[in-house]
Amino acid sequence: MRTSSTSSRLLAATALVAALGLTVTACGGSSDNGSGGDKNDPASLKGQTITYWASNQGTSLDNDKQVLTPELNKFTQQTGIKVKLEVIGWADLLNRILAATTSGQGPDVLNIGNTWSASLQATGALMPWDATAFTAIGGKDRFASAAIASAGAAGKDPAAVPLYSMAYGLYYNKKMFSDAGLTPPKTWDELVTDGKKLTKDGHYGLAVEGSNGSENIHHAFVLAKQRGSSWFDDSGKATFDTPANVAAVKQYVDFIASDKIAAKGDAEYSQNQTITDFATGKAAMMMWQSAATSIKAHGMTADQYGVVPVPTQTAGATGDAGITSMVAGINLAVFQNTKHKAAAEALVKFMTSTPEQKVLNGTYGSLPPVKEAQSDAAFQTPDLKTLAGVLGSSAAPLPQVPNESQFETLVGTAVKDLFADAAAGKPVTDDSVKAALTKAQQQMPAS
Amino acid sequence: MTATAPPRRAPEAGPDSGKSAAGRRLRPRAVERLRRIGLPYLLLLPALLAELLIHIVPMFFGIVISFKNLTLFYIHNWKSAPWSAFDNYKAAVKIHQPIGEALLHSFWVTLAYTLLSVGFSWLLGTAAAILMQDTFRGRAIMRAIFLVPYALPAYAALITWTFMFQQDTGLVNHVLHDQLHVTSNKPFWLIGDNSFWAMVIVSVWKSWPFAFLALMAGLQNIPRELYEAAAMDGAGVWQQIRKITMPSLRPVNQVLVLVLFLWTFNDFNTPYVMFGQSAPHQADLISIHIYQSSFITWNFGSGSAMSVLLLLFLLLVTAIYLALTSRKRGDADA
Repeated sequence: MRTSSTSSRLLAATALVAALGLTVTACGGSSDNGSGGDKNDPASLKGQTITYWASNQGTSLDNDKQVLTPELNKFTQQTGIKVKLEVIGWADLLNRILAATTSGQGPDVLNIGNTWSASLQATGALMPWDATAFTAIGGKDRFASAAIASAGAAGKDPAAVPLYSMAYGLYYNKKMFSDAGLTPPKTWDELVTDGKKLTKDGHYGLAVEGSNGSENIHHAFVLAKQRGSSWFDDSGKATFDTPANVAAVKQYVDFIASDKIAAKGDAEYSQNQTITDFATGKAAMMMWQSAATSIKAHGMTADQYGVVPVPTQTAGATGDAGITSMVAGINLAVFQNTKHKAAAEALVKFMTSTPEQKVLNGTYGSLPPVKEAQSDAAFQTPDLKTLAGVLGSSAAPLPQVPNESQFETLVGTAVKDLFADAAAGKPVTDDSVKAALTKAQQQMPAS
Repeated sequence: MTATAPPRRAPEAGPDSGKSAAGRRLRPRAVERLRRIGLPYLLLLPALLAELLIHIVPMFFGIVISFKNLTLFYIHNWKSAPWSAFDNYKAAVKIHQPIGEALLHSFWVTLAYTLLSVGFSWLLGTAAAILMQDTFRGRAIMRAIFLVPYALPAYAALITWTFMFQQDTGLVNHVLHDQLHVTSNKPFWLIGDNSFWAMVIVSVWKSWPFAFLALMAGLQNIPRELYEAAAMDGAGVWQQIRKITMPSLRPVNQVLVLVLFLWTFNDFNTPYVMFGQSAPHQADLISIHIYQSSFITWNFGSGSAMSVLLLLFLLLVTAIYLALTSRKRGDADA
């Protein structure tokens, strides 16, 4: 009796454990495709319904819906194609795309972070934009070349089309700088010196987003690039712990660790508290991408701050040493499995048309990757002109390799842990940085 | 079966009138029996099918994937991913290699986290349940308040905790540092060494009400006479708790501790909401670790292999636990 009760208990327990375990790998999610014909002739596109996954560009998902719905209505009026819009938060977007890729059931058109381009390209989930496809939307030449370079691995047809462009700039508080008799720094040494002068009475020279892995690697990328170093070699193999990369990461972490121009508390920032600190005057500087809308939302007006390019190691550096930003931005892709390819391409054509580029980028505070739209008055504000200059001359795309997302996770987390060490008062040395980067590199898949 | 017998009496006639019809009855009886035995299974069928669909099928695919080299290059057509035999498992268990080492570290963190969380949850739950056993004014309200953490939506509660744990503006440091002056400077709770303890605190807060609820229910089944008799024999409160309450709660505890252990060991919400997609090294729970291996680095084969290993470990723990606790109870019953 005991045996049978034990075994039935074991059976029950097995079922219980089974219920609790393995759920992590089980992924689901699907999206229905719209209905309609499959012919590519424009007349038959009428009445088709396509699904569009938009990323969160505005202040909230609802805000995005309000911005995009009237524009998509224009599209429907022009073409007769209906668009089912879904705005997806950044925390979910990549998982949703992966689920869609696995199941083959997904949207027709979707936004992707441009740093994912090469990774998603490698999955084969996105329609390659060959010469014919580009011709249909007015040609590749309409787009800024830096933006195109961030839409897929070099030497392959881009996996997506640039939609919104952004660049990093050094935002500085005009009043705090003039009170201290300072001008915006051009080199890192100047930034640290200025930062030290501005750090007093609970105010800090700089704010950094220490627990945000993506921010961490964006800066680590630029600081390494300025040293002529890269995170991957030409064959796509990780080279995380080169001396230059160690120096780059250490320089970034030292803003808290040894320069002490950023507050220790910044080490745990991951929800854009950096912008709050800057807009409320707690920090005099921050390095951020296209922050105008967010700064305004926190109550700081456009005349209270200035934007200059992020410093370089030596003043007036050029080439790799003069790189001050990654090419940040959002790309628009067509899902390979779409049943409405022509309708999907029509939406891409509409979204990248010059008038729409002006409206959308103007609303979101980003820069149009479409060159024709850049001259619009909306993009002639001092800060956007600075960022456009950065994008045009001193921005480089993040490594467009399939393993880019692993790089973001592993190195981003390593830098986060180094910031934690710095905040806890533990020493951050070349050795400790190298050890962290070596560990991250060892966890990269061989490819 | 003559005309004299009114037809409607036939059903009432019962077994003694059925001898002549034995041959004909055989089949209906078999059907009857089948129906009697089959009915429970029939009733279970929808649940079984749902179980199959929701749990067994994904589990099966999870196990299949763990033997594949399913990276981003193959997810578009995952059936085409090359078989990798036990490579994923080998990488996961090679504890002197980076991937295995990281998994082992994560395993120890999870084990410590689980033991501490379950231990404290159980202790708090038991203490509260026993203290709430005697009637007093406001008992119902107290009980309801105690259950609040269990009733709150996990995400909302966890986000509130992360606000409270913030170094600069959080409530925890405000109380510890600004008000009570316990610490010389404001400690970090969401990064570094303390992140582990922050996670344990939140986990205990989240799960002790369940222990409290289960044990409170268990206490209702202990006859009051036992306590009265023990009191007459001169047993103090501690002796009553040790000799009556604890042994009587044994069946409840057996299930409770196991369930808490499994829930906590697999806990994903707590670290995910508190630390986002990259948990600090010190708080790298295994669920987050597997999530990172699968979804962030897009190596689903490796993540699945780790999941299967986790499943095997939990099955083993469960089996040993049940074997041990059931035997003891069997001995006690005998």
